[in-house]
Amino acid sequence: MSVTQAATDEVLIARIAQGDRLAMQVLYGRHHVRVYRFGLRLVRDEQTAEDLISEVFLDVWRQAGKFEGRSAVSTWLLAITRFKALSALRRRKDFELDDEAANAIEDSSDDPETVVQKKDTSEALRECLTGLSPDHREIVDLVYYHEKSVEEVAEIVGIPENTVKTRLFYARKKLAELLKAAGIERGWP
Amino acid sequence: MMALSKKMLEQEPSEIEMLLPWHAAGTLNARDARRVEEALANDPELARQYAAVRGEYEETIHLNESLGAPSARAMQKLFAAIDAEPARATGSLPLSARIATFFASLSPRALAWSASLGAIALLLQAGIIGAVLMKTQTATFQTASLSTGAPITRELGAAAPSRALVRFTPEARVADVTALLDSYQASIIGDAKGGMFRLQFDKAMSQDELTALLGRMQREKFVNLAVAAP
Repeated sequence: MSVTQAATDEVLIARIAQGDRLAMQVLYGRHHVRVYRFGLRLVRDEQTAEDLISEVFLDVWRQAGKFEGRSAVSTWLLAITRFKALSALRRRKDFELDDEAANAIEDSSDDPETVVQKKDTSEALRECLTGLSPDHREIVDLVYYHEKSVEEVAEIVGIPENTVKTRLFYARKKLAELLKAAGIERGWP
Repeated sequence: MMALSKKMLEQEPSEIEMLLPWHAAGTLNARDARRVEEALANDPELARQYAAVRGEYEETIHLNESLGAPSARAMQKLFAAIDAEPARATGSLPLSARIATFFASLSPRALAWSASLGAIALLLQAGIIGAVLMKTQTATFQTASLSTGAPITRELGAAAPSRALVRFTPEARVADVTALLDSYQASIIGDAKGGMFRLQFDKAMSQDELTALLGRMQREKFVNLAVAAP
């Protein structure tokens, strides 16, 4: 069989398990940009994010035979990416996964006064999205950009489904607070 | 419905409020999507919150899309690493993967033809069996008549498997008949006069055994008559 665009991700994984490099190229072509962007939003460093991609897809090459198809391939890829990103962050001496570090990251973005000067709500919103804590940023990206369901986010992040819902709600509340501090009212909350 | 939205941050969010982001992304199941739609239609405050969610959704996509793409270096590094991996033993795939691979290997046209041929074969088989049943079961009730040409002495030597004549009810389906034959370990060896089928059991039975068995068979839902074959 030739590997065509019509082949599903699951079929590609089955072929990768047999050592099919072409199938690997097709799968890489389909998913590497989203994997890169998800990783980049977590590690905030382009070089590290590029290294992550190689590591993630090399894991896919090695573990394809163990993929059971209980979740979508894209969900599996994002779960591996998250694991690799957190490992990379732990290796970085200047980063610790606690609230203090999260606050430090928030400080690296523009302060509310700078944001409000941009006078552009959309741009301010993007700035505030960047200023969220890693946990909040991650869940916002998974739901809005990667279009993952509650169940899939729970699987990727490794938390209960109810926690997924409440975490996103409080991420949105935090976002609203940042916007309000920047002088932008959206009618909620 | 107004209770669904919360004005104050201190209040716990409602289930519907928490589902708004997934509704915006279109990843809710049909039931939840309907619940959210109904709530939005009846709660202006929730609708305002949803407008904010839509804005977050759009800007999150915009933000991620602006991140660009990785350089070709990442791919080169990956395939260099793959080349350095030990050669993979080409073991057999799990059955599910083999089935998925097989169907994926067929062109849509081949797949459509295979399905059509399979359906035609099934229809033909069902038609033939159905025709035989219909033909034999429309006859009026008749008892099996004793063949005048039958020998009046028993055969010597190894006992032959017992046989019977059976008439099935008109509503008996092929599956019912098959199940019945299986349960009695019998097979149809020909159709006889008057809608009776000639059955052969897989063993020889004494007269008493056969009588008891046929009595039991006679009481089956899909059997009109069961008598010993001459």
